[in-house]
Amino acid sequence: MASKVEPSPALIQTAPRQVKAGFLQQAFAIAGKDLRSEWRTKESINASLSFAIVILLLFSFAFDVSSEFSKEISGGLLWLVFAFAGALILNRSFARELVNDCLDALLSSPASGAQLYLGKCMSNFVMLLIVELMCLPVFTVFYNGLWVSQAPMLLAIFVMGTWGLTAIGTMFSAMTVNLRLRELMLPVLVYPMMIPALMAAIRLTTIVMAGDAVGGDDQIWIRLLIVFDAIFTLLAVTLVETVLVG
Amino acid sequence: MTAVAIDNVWKFYGDFPALRDISFNVEPGSCLALLGRNGAGKTTLLKILAGLSKPGKGSVKILGEDARSQSTRYRTGVLGHGIGIYDELSALENLRLFASLYGVPRPVQTAEEWLERAGLDRVRDGLVREFSRGMRQRLAVARAFIHNPSLLLLDEPFTALDDKAIAVLQSLLNKARSEGRTIIMSTHQLREALELASDVALIARGRLAFRGERTREMLDDPGWLYRNYGE
Repeated sequence: MASKVEPSPALIQTAPRQVKAGFLQQAFAIAGKDLRSEWRTKESINASLSFAIVILLLFSFAFDVSSEFSKEISGGLLWLVFAFAGALILNRSFARELVNDCLDALLSSPASGAQLYLGKCMSNFVMLLIVELMCLPVFTVFYNGLWVSQAPMLLAIFVMGTWGLTAIGTMFSAMTVNLRLRELMLPVLVYPMMIPALMAAIRLTTIVMAGDAVGGDDQIWIRLLIVFDAIFTLLAVTLVETVLVG
Repeated sequence: MTAVAIDNVWKFYGDFPALRDISFNVEPGSCLALLGRNGAGKTTLLKILAGLSKPGKGSVKILGEDARSQSTRYRTGVLGHGIGIYDELSALENLRLFASLYGVPRPVQTAEEWLERAGLDRVRDGLVREFSRGMRQRLAVARAFIHNPSLLLLDEPFTALDDKAIAVLQSLLNKARSEGRTIIMSTHQLREALELASDVALIARGRLAFRGERTREMLDDPGWLYRNYGE
């Protein structure tokens, strides 16, 4: 067996029996894998959801929920809860790949860093959105939210705001994956970067929670959210390969 | 075309040079045993070849292309220290995932074929977390081979394998050799490695201490290389 064997030209020139998988196909495969794992363990969602509900409960003791003031801060309360609860999901995002060196297996596959990032982003987005939607009835009961007439707008705000949190949070999850204190480092690094998206989402949610429509002057916050999401997604897709491989 | 061209590669961890000016080529169809004591730099070199790490200085070309290029990764199979499979997925789901990532046509059928070859077809829907160590290792071997790679990079592939997993791996490696695939494997199991290898490279403290063909002398006395070139 020790002599060199002449390889067939096909082995040298091309990848045998393979077709190049589509960009989104590989990202969806990674997102599907994460969601399937989470469905079986429910580690992140259980931790995040229970944390969110406990904070909502504690806030309801801290403020007079019937006052006008509590309506004015309702958006802030809700998005702070989402940001804190989201950190628990985001922390696990790349950390779960450390078990069995799965991150190396993914990085040595043809999936690029950008595909890996987008796959993770999509799964984090779905998980965080589930937590948010499950928190919404609890919030409504505690804080008398009047959002029902504005439900489509509220959903749009949740989608845009949540993508902003996950776009930047997933990137920082990749950056901190090999740090010993990543559970601490991720929130410390990521919250300051989230401020523009949080400001916009808080402002818009406060309007909707009061039962008002988002008027012309408030359109600036929607534009801010869209631009934030686009810029940070684009930046992360461009830089994540360097972050993961060096 | 050279299968692997390593040219003046240095790798630093902080100020410490883990690899020092490593240069050698690997011809297509050959099987290189990458030898060296613990901490010599074998895993670091294999990670660079697998595109998981970049050299501090120097360059690496796999089949004429950058080690991190997508087309290189389509043609490379990597079995590292970790098994690289997901505990919360079933055996079939793990292989189907990697078959999809590698663009293997008919990923489900291919995954099922590989489960049969690895002797895991009866537990195809079982979660990996419930598998024994040997079963997990066999699944990891199937994952590394599922896309029929032209180049195999194996980091201590025989370590901690049970008899059945060793038999599966040896059979796959022999088949890969007979098909002319290129294999680079780091190992401490000198006898198994030297029986399979056509070439040998010995790394000592980050430097290339020996590079040449595997000789009869090495087979008869696996310690010979370390005594003459190791530290």
